[in-house]
Amino acid sequence: MMLLPCPWCGPRNAAEFRYAGETKARPDPDTTDPHRWRDYLYARRNPAGWTRETWLHRAGCGRYLVAERHTVTNEVRATHPPAAGGGGAAS
Amino acid sequence: MTVSRNGSRGRRAGATRYSAFDLVRRGLSGRDWPPAWRSHDLAGAYDAVVVGGGVHGLATAYCLAANHGITDVAVLDKGYIGGGGSGRNTAIIRANYLTPEGVRFYDRSVKLYERLSVDLNFNVMFSQRGHMTLAHSDGSLRTMRWRAEVNKLQGVDSEVIDPGEVKRLVPAMDTSAHARYPILGALYHPPGGIVRHDAVVWGYARAADAYGVHIHQDTEVVGIDVAGGRVRGVRTTRGTIATSTVVNCTAGWATTVADMAGVALPISTFPLQAAVTEPVKPFLDTVVVSGTLHVYMSQTDRGELVFGASVDPFPSYSTRGSLDFVEGLAGHVLELMPSLSKMRVLRQWAGLCDMTPDYSPIMGVTPVEGFYVDVGWGTYGFKAGPVAGEAMAELVATGKTPELIAVFDLDRFAEGRLVGEKGAASVGH
Ligand SMILES: Cc1cc2nc3c(=O)[nH]c(=O)nc-3n(C[C@H](O)[C@H](O)[C@H](O)COP(=O)(O)OP(=O)(O)OC[C@H]3O[C@@H](n4cnc5c(N)ncnc54)[C@H](O)[C@@H]3O)c2cc1C
Ligand SMILES: [Zn+2]
Repeated sequence: MMLLPCPWCGPRNAAEFRYAGETKARPDPDTTDPHRWRDYLYARRNPAGWTRETWLHRAGCGRYLVAERHTVTNEVRATHPPAAGGGGAAS
Repeated sequence: MTVSRNGSRGRRAGATRYSAFDLVRRGLSGRDWPPAWRSHDLAGAYDAVVVGGGVHGLATAYCLAANHGITDVAVLDKGYIGGGGSGRNTAIIRANYLTPEGVRFYDRSVKLYERLSVDLNFNVMFSQRGHMTLAHSDGSLRTMRWRAEVNKLQGVDSEVIDPGEVKRLVPAMDTSAHARYPILGALYHPPGGIVRHDAVVWGYARAADAYGVHIHQDTEVVGIDVAGGRVRGVRTTRGTIATSTVVNCTAGWATTVADMAGVALPISTFPLQAAVTEPVKPFLDTVVVSGTLHVYMSQTDRGELVFGASVDPFPSYSTRGSLDFVEGLAGHVLELMPSLSKMRVLRQWAGLCDMTPDYSPIMGVTPVEGFYVDVGWGTYGFKAGPVAGEAMAELVATGKTPELIAVFDLDRFAEGRLVGEKGAASVGH
């Protein structure tokens, strides 16, 4: 079992959450070009190491959060509320 | 690419051919078998370097030597050959995909698997016992009808069957109308089956070695030198190699190696788990898949049941199994075959899968000249080893992308030409 500390509910089984992807900024659809938009859709950093990603605590408070997780050990060293305005900065 | 600096065309003199005669002779004389492949010092330069000693890397190296006479080739693996997905998969081979491109490509691989034991002089135990994908809803029955017609147009044996026929082929299956998800029919694919995955890896390694290919285990690639937009060499934990050709066949680790060359890939690494039970008498001679129940199973030659499911719910490079997985799996298996309730799971394991957005591989050239990729094999790449090796070797040797793999190019993501195999590849690997 992997524990994920929700900023609002405390440490909970990861099975309560839904993984929602690496944090990255969504380009403005009105000003972006197809190349940047496809990068946003498909490109992934997929590091073997620390990463910042968004999770949804769907069987708990129902809120989105940002987690810093090590993808080789699955250790979670920090979680926090998403940055104001949604998606969170690309890291 | 230039042909062979220090290699020579043809098999290594003195390489043993396995035969019934030799088995008897060595059995009687008690003489040891020579090692199936050798260890070498790392040379300072190779015509081509293949990163990753799974079925894809070894098949590529073998085909470079056997089909194109390029024998000055090194296969590098950070662990042991077959230590990645190639030694962890559930070995299902089939060609009944959804897109015509996918069907043609995987059908070529089935054909190559049919003669692989002879080609490699190594028994890979390919058992074409039939492959069945169950439909539990009108929607999936329609998709199966669609798949069957696409398959038949490409000359692949594939048909929709009714629950009575399912019961005849697999008597242990609960085909009653009282099941939680009643079985409405199935897509049946007689040429599908399973293979002995380790034998495929070892067979390719032995055959490549016989042509003079160097297989370097415990040799991790830690850097790729690129200058002027071209590959110049690779740095490893055992030394540096000068080369103008690098083929990335590292599956779950594909992006970590591509990053070294500065090539971005639209790939996420997800663990995929599987489990095996204690052995019992043979009762299941078909591969059974249920997409709705997220489960598939087959019985090995030793009698164990092998179970698999869909990938873990979040990306990771960890190969640790989870209780969530076996619990869910057991529940779903019992919905299909209630009579298995007393069977015990012996072990479970995980491997890493390089998932792409369209459930199709990424094969071919990259923006860095001389840096090729054969990745994005996700949960379905073992069956493609022979055809991928053949196609990648042709690309490296001739510089031209073979027609069969043209749709799997990296540029398709930037150009919005995704392939769309999800319907046929997300659970039924
Ligand atoms: C549980 C499970 C079930 C599956 N079931 C099926 C199935 O039924 N049918 C099917 O067709 N497919 C199946 N698959 C998928 C299949 O296993 C893979 O797609 C396939 O084995 C990939 O082969 P490969 O040679 O590309 O990579 P791998 O066999 O994963 O080999 C990659 C190699 O690269 C090496 N490597 C990584 N980084 C480096 C580095 N920096 N330097 C040197 N070496 C490196 C690794 O050590 C590894 O040995 C399954 C996978 C899993 C995990
Ligand atoms: Zn919460």
